[in-house]
Amino acid sequence: MRSPGKRVAFLSVLTALGMILSYLEALIPVFYGVPGMKAGLGNILVVFLLYTLGRRDALIVNLLRISLTALLFGNPYSFVYSFCGAALSFAVMVVLKEQDFFSCYGVSMAGGIAHNIGQIIVALFLVENYRIILYLPALVISGCITGAGIAFIAAMVIKRIGRRNVIDMGT
Amino acid sequence: MNRVLSFRKTDLYVPAAAVFISLVVFLLSSIPMLAGNKGGEWVVITVSGERYAVLPLDEDRELTIPGEKGLDNLLVIKDGYADITEADCPDKVCVHQKKIRYKGETIVCLPNRVVVSIEGGGEGEVDAVSR
Repeated sequence: MRSPGKRVAFLSVLTALGMILSYLEALIPVFYGVPGMKAGLGNILVVFLLYTLGRRDALIVNLLRISLTALLFGNPYSFVYSFCGAALSFAVMVVLKEQDFFSCYGVSMAGGIAHNIGQIIVALFLVENYRIILYLPALVISGCITGAGIAFIAAMVIKRIGRRNVIDMGT
Repeated sequence: MNRVLSFRKTDLYVPAAAVFISLVVFLLSSIPMLAGNKGGEWVVITVSGERYAVLPLDEDRELTIPGEKGLDNLLVIKDGYADITEADCPDKVCVHQKKIRYKGETIVCLPNRVVVSIEGGGEGEVDAVSR
């Protein structure tokens, strides 16, 4: 049964979940290496939504999650970092998913890399020194690893709940 | 649907590309050392994009660099090398980076927005003043 109210409620719950994930990873100091650099636990949601309800809902939840997290826990700098990282990551994942060349693992890993590259581009502007590029290898590799982990979790959740059930809940 | 949710062989292209990009950047970053092969003469310290200090590389000294949020980095210049030996930043990436002496080599502390680099050769003094 289609119901706009049900969809709004479902996406809102997912947004809240995404904010909790962002908050949780802010508590883990390991990911504080570069300002704004995170494991991107919130990306679990994006991958989950891309492979169930589609890119439109994924974009809505992603935008809400980033804006609300920045308002509640962040500052203008952290917002710019996470926004640019998420925007590049989202664009890359949508394009690669359309190609149907990679599974969600390849898509998510590329998204993780794009996320970190987006943040390094912001850092290039904020710190105004091109030598920050030296951070790139570490960020690219870590983006790859977290991307694989995120794909694993998202795929497992979709398989356990069932893709059809998720679509039923969200439309 | 399970097809796109399971790992495929083509997915391996992504980590392969990641390793390739990392290697290229790593090799490019070590070129100044290979090509120049001559010690630079000036240690240039930049904080938040602004030049904080320029010190001669051949004069041993220690300097505390105040970073962005009141976090400090301790720069040690000794035996013709510049090195960050202590830092208040959480990750200590700058401390673990190896000491530098050649033109173009750099130590970066991103949390504190501190960049230490070697510039040098004959025109170092002019550069330091004119830029």
